[in-house]
Amino acid sequence: MGMIIQGATGDWEVVIGLEVHAQVSSNSKLFSGSATEYGADQNTQVSFVDAAMPGMLPVINEMAVEQAVRTGLGLKAKINKYSVFDRKNYFYADLPQGYQISQFLQPIVGEGTMTIELKDGEIREIGITRLHLEQDAGKSIHDQHPSMTLVDLNRSGVALMEIVSEPDLRSPEEAAAYVKKLRSIVRYLGTCDGNMDEGSMRADVNVSVRKFGDELGTRCEMKNLNSMRFIQQAIVYEANRQVDILEAGGKIKQETRLYDSVKGETRSMRSKEEAHDYRYFPDPDLLPLQFDDAYIEKIKADLPELPDEKKARFIKELKISDYDAGVLVAEKEVADFFEVVAKGRDAKLSANWIIGDFFGNLKRTSNTLSNTPVSADSLGALIDLVKDGTISNRTAKEVLEEMFDTGKDAAAIVDEKGLKQVSDTGAIEAAIDTIIAANLDKVEQYRGGKDKLLGFFVGQVMKATGGKANPGVVNQLLKPKLDG
Amino acid sequence: MSLDKNTVAKVANLARIRVEEKDLEPMAAELNAILGWVEQLGEVNTDDVAPMTSVADMQMRWRQDEITDGGYQPEIVANAPSEEEGFFAVPKVIE
Repeated sequence: MGMIIQGATGDWEVVIGLEVHAQVSSNSKLFSGSATEYGADQNTQVSFVDAAMPGMLPVINEMAVEQAVRTGLGLKAKINKYSVFDRKNYFYADLPQGYQISQFLQPIVGEGTMTIELKDGEIREIGITRLHLEQDAGKSIHDQHPSMTLVDLNRSGVALMEIVSEPDLRSPEEAAAYVKKLRSIVRYLGTCDGNMDEGSMRADVNVSVRKFGDELGTRCEMKNLNSMRFIQQAIVYEANRQVDILEAGGKIKQETRLYDSVKGETRSMRSKEEAHDYRYFPDPDLLPLQFDDAYIEKIKADLPELPDEKKARFIKELKISDYDAGVLVAEKEVADFFEVVAKGRDAKLSANWIIGDFFGNLKRTSNTLSNTPVSADSLGALIDLVKDGTISNRTAKEVLEEMFDTGKDAAAIVDEKGLKQVSDTGAIEAAIDTIIAANLDKVEQYRGGKDKLLGFFVGQVMKATGGKANPGVVNQLLKPKLDG
Repeated sequence: MSLDKNTVAKVANLARIRVEEKDLEPMAAELNAILGWVEQLGEVNTDDVAPMTSVADMQMRWRQDEITDGGYQPEIVANAPSEEEGFFAVPKVIE
């Protein structure tokens, strides 16, 4: 469902396009041999090329090219065997070259598509306009010195993929779903770690509004949003701001606006007005980027199964629900974990355990899947104990908690605590007889029509056996005895 | 194509080159002379000529993804007019 703003003059449609900057996963930078690792001391991962010292020349990193092609293939996009690097000229303290090497008219990847799924199950196809390679800039720190801005060039020259969408998105939810899906795909492909906190993925958001059926309105761009929440908040604020202006008879000025996450508003960045005149021209230091079909085919042959295909397979072959499949494939690590657990086991049961109690315990113990104290094999072994009747489902939930807290195996905990389920009919029958004898009045009421009392008796038997009686067996034995 | 005084002033500003008011007119004339000369190339028929992307007939060299450079912070900031603990220090540029 698209977002609709109800104005005084009628309903407004919100139109959104995104430019996502995704840092290429590579050891070294796009045009130099210095390291890309996050969090190093200031200016320790800078070469003379990155610092734009006179006479330094860029040499392209083959991994950056490969990762861009791989991402393009993952987005089902056209790969351009011939592309060109251009200089995008502007002045800023953290851009020592005075220009960013980017791709303008001839990007490495052309048009593609991506499907997003919304909360209500609606599926939408979103057009990808292009993907191009470019250099990241350095980092400016404004709050560490009273009168100076401090510049760290560690990020300068790191390879980025700028992925541009068509203006196909119609609500903040769709924009967030798009970024989530894109993040999922690049993480599956291993072309970007998708870490928004460290700035490995950030989005420029273009927003405009129009009356339904009208031409596209004038857009404003909000740069460098680094969380799903900010992206959505910025869109809501900006769309409403534009509707207010238009309904008051004003006009939207095309401009770059800054989203202030503290105040929750966007505001004009006056100083950037002229910055839009980038005077692109082909970088004379670099030859065109060229490769052949065999190169593309080689990368294609290596592509992993992507989330959409994985989800379809889970539903078709493993017969798990659409919803469960969606949850499991969103993160590759979760899907891999699930496949280990489900191997040779009931897939539906495995999915339930992972999505339910396993995730619940991860959260309770403040762990993530990457450092889970309970491995896929351990969880599988626990499920086996439930499946073969050794422990009840309820006991298993307690055992799992214990596994998280102690790191012990399910079998060890069951042994130690004597949690093994009693399926021995003799022992259970004895317990039933004792309880019936002690509650003859309730037996009478039950026989008189108070069916609800069955639960009471089951509970008493479970209590008498320390929760270890097999509930199936209890039910089987209890009913005939109560019925007389 | 022809440049007027205002366009020269705008380009100079974008390139952060200071051009005195009295020099704008002469510079426009000089630039127009250069543009006129370049425009002569348009007279040549290039219908069946592939675009020339380089004077050298060669392919771009690709580098392996290895860390071979960096790790010399003192040299990087050595020529900076102002430096603070290994950072370049520049006049505050906050919005």
